[in-house]
Amino acid sequence: MNGSAMLALSPPLAEQIRAHGAETYPNECCGALLGRDEESRREVKELFPLVNRRGDSPRNRFSITPEDFRAAEQAARERGLDVVGWYHSHPDHPPLPSEYDREHAWPWYSYVIVSVEKSQAKQLRSWRLSDDRMRFVPEEVAVEPRLPAAREASSNR
Amino acid sequence: MTVKVIIPTPLRPYAGKQESVDCNAKTVGEALHKLTSQFGELEKHLYTDDGRIRSFVNVYLNDEDIRYLEKENTQTKDGDTISIVPSIAGGAVR
Repeated sequence: MNGSAMLALSPPLAEQIRAHGAETYPNECCGALLGRDEESRREVKELFPLVNRRGDSPRNRFSITPEDFRAAEQAARERGLDVVGWYHSHPDHPPLPSEYDREHAWPWYSYVIVSVEKSQAKQLRSWRLSDDRMRFVPEEVAVEPRLPAAREASSNR
Repeated sequence: MTVKVIIPTPLRPYAGKQESVDCNAKTVGEALHKLTSQFGELEKHLYTDDGRIRSFVNVYLNDEDIRYLEKENTQTKDGDTISIVPSIAGGAVR
């Protein structure tokens, strides 16, 4: 796996991800993580919430279209950031990547998953795909109160 | 025909950390095959085991999705840009 294996996230951003998961319950939420990737750490600076485009099965699937992908990249560029990963929720399911998650994953990105049980956001974890695509590797999430307060990016929601 | 292939951020570590790679190719498919010949580690992220482009890998010639052109047989011309644009998908088991 290339790059750092630790994801720094401020408490307000972690709370925003949880709130998005609770808001869309029982459907899955999704969005982009905008931030900076450095040798020893990856830090999320802003979120770019998106609409789950899987209208046929939104309770257990999410989809981000190439157009939304490009919008997220554009938002990151305008802020001098990169899209460093993606988040989504698992309604009434643990924050563990599914086989479907793995089959559709890209390397390098951080994949944050928040579990939501009966409208209450619970555990939040992050994962990265291994270079051989065979498995997800857990990534430490450091929720750091010292980071500056987050401001939500205008988004495609 | 010299075409530029734009590499998305998650694949740059497998392409010498380059943002783009120039290829000499007559079709989009030829350009992508030259890219994966040069950077072998890219292949498993772009193609399935039976050699088809993965469903969540979108390929654009300039601003057109090649699914609406001639797919991998889409002809290129000098100065064209090929973009590899990810779709992001997933979801809980059920």
